Amino acid sequence: MHAIEKIFAKNSGRKEVHAGEFVTAKVDFAEINDLYLQTVYSFYEMGGKKVWDNNKVAFVFDHYAPAPDVKSANNHSEMRKFKNENNLKYHFDTECGVCHQVMPEAGVVKPGMILVATDSHTTTHGAFGAMGTGCGATDMATILITGEMWFRIPEIINVKLEGKTKDGVYPKDVILEVLKKIKADGAVYKAIDFSGSYVDSLNVPGRMTICNMAVEMGAKTAYMQPNDEVIKYVKERSNDDFEVQYTDSDFEFEEEYCFDVSKIEPNLSCPHSVDNVDTVKNVTKENEIKITQGYIGSCTGGRVEDFEVARDILKGHKIKEDVRLVIVPASSEVMMECIEKGIVSDLMKFGATISTPGCGACLGAHEGILADDDVCISSTNRNFPGRMGSTKSKIYLASPATVATSVLNGKITVPEEFIGGY
Amino acid sequence: MMENISGKVVRVGKNIDTDQIFPGKYLALTDPKEIGKHCLEGVNENFSENFPENGIVVASTNFGCGSSREHAPIALINMGAKAVVAESFARIFYRNSINLGLPLIICKGISEDVKDGDTLEINFEKNKVIVNSKLELDFEPFNEQSMKILKSGGIKKLMRDRLSKEGEL
Repeated sequence: MHAIEKIFAKNSGRKEVHAGEFVTAKVDFAEINDLYLQTVYSFYEMGGKKVWDNNKVAFVFDHYAPAPDVKSANNHSEMRKFKNENNLKYHFDTECGVCHQVMPEAGVVKPGMILVATDSHTTTHGAFGAMGTGCGATDMATILITGEMWFRIPEIINVKLEGKTKDGVYPKDVILEVLKKIKADGAVYKAIDFSGSYVDSLNVPGRMTICNMAVEMGAKTAYMQPNDEVIKYVKERSNDDFEVQYTDSDFEFEEEYCFDVSKIEPNLSCPHSVDNVDTVKNVTKENEIKITQGYIGSCTGGRVEDFEVARDILKGHKIKEDVRLVIVPASSEVMMECIEKGIVSDLMKFGATISTPGCGACLGAHEGILADDDVCISSTNRNFPGRMGSTKSKIYLASPATVATSVLNGKITVPEEFIGGY
Repeated sequence: MMENISGKVVRVGKNIDTDQIFPGKYLALTDPKEIGKHCLEGVNENFSENFPENGIVVASTNFGCGSSREHAPIALINMGAKAVVAESFARIFYRNSINLGLPLIICKGISEDVKDGDTLEINFEKNKVIVNSKLELDFEPFNEQSMKILKSGGIKKLMRDRLSKEGEL
């Protein structure tokens, strides 16, 4: 069996499970973000009284943090009432950040667990060897009542990432290369196991960036075998026991792809589809692409390493007229570390707008919405029409280094003169 | 057995994501009727307003990709869509729709063969989509779990029945 199958088998009380089977499995942690007041409504509509385990459920107020209007403020208020009535152990209010960042930071995410959240980017937690998957409001309400969810055991695609990246090439460039190959619907209903020497030596933030975007290929979940950095990260934040699962050597993947990451160049996902990927060099060879906004943030590209590389590129320079740079740390822990390291002040001196931790404009809610004629380069995960504001605006997705270099020059630019990677 | 569905086709393209089905700026809305008014506004601002009675949305591949927002099927249902027929669907959107009782029909070849205004019959006895009473295309049968939910009229009803049996209601 694959490690993912072993997780499903363990949580559904079976010896073995295989692709295509349906199981009802116990959920180890359930998270609801602040777009999903419908979860509370569905919970009561179905006859729910109390959540099945008040230690295993949390709200994270991230998409509307802090509340941008009366409607979302009222939604928060109703969720707080539900939280208090159910005496939930964990709660992440508007001061915390994006769910996929704050849950690992709080020690909630551990290898071998099933984590379900009302957010498609829950694939992120494969970075920790967990089975993370997204669901909607009513599926979540059934979990809150029963502690279980039905699953179809997914076929598993192996994506081998071998070698070391060149300077100026980051995990975001690697996952965009994978997207270019597998495309937006290449992994629908399936799971993606990222393996290979690149993954074995990759740090926690880089692993999270890659697993995060597995859903952009339609994947149900992502998986990476935990390395020492993951185990250290988890043990620093939790005293709970956990069981790392391993894939059997005779397991047969449905498909296999192999990438030599040393050949990957800085990549760009062009409007209006995430899999519309080419190298920054190719896209800008004949036409220069002027930008009006840079955006660094989100559960994909809003961690300390992302802001650090941007600072290294921008420190000592001044932002061009009619260009904005919006910085949205993924969590308050991230923001505090950026303050301590002087990153926030360096970026502010450059001319960046620093926003509070959360999802911000990544989904067009607030804090940096795009106008009709805006062209944005962003470290986030989606460039769908209208994702960050006007349906007429254009969004290019790239690594934080490419975003910073492009903001510096006022046009999309390869970050080749900047040394290093992470 | 599910009741057959007939209606007028409204065509959309491929990779129609849930931001296009229900734009992010409306996510704080909770009234289903209000949510329905903004359905597919990312494709066409007047999509919901112009949607015909008994309309059936027909799409190409990967309909409903992106965000897990349940607003997307809530919007489709409240716009009046009787079903969505597509080459393929994204996973979370699929679950959300079935949970709410909105039939999603996986039908290979559908996006090549139909246009706006065509009449479509979804025949559950024959497991076929019938275009303009002529062309018949097979659709993928529902899995056992989805069928159980759809037949119950959605997962809410199913859960209420279960809790009722367990004496929890």
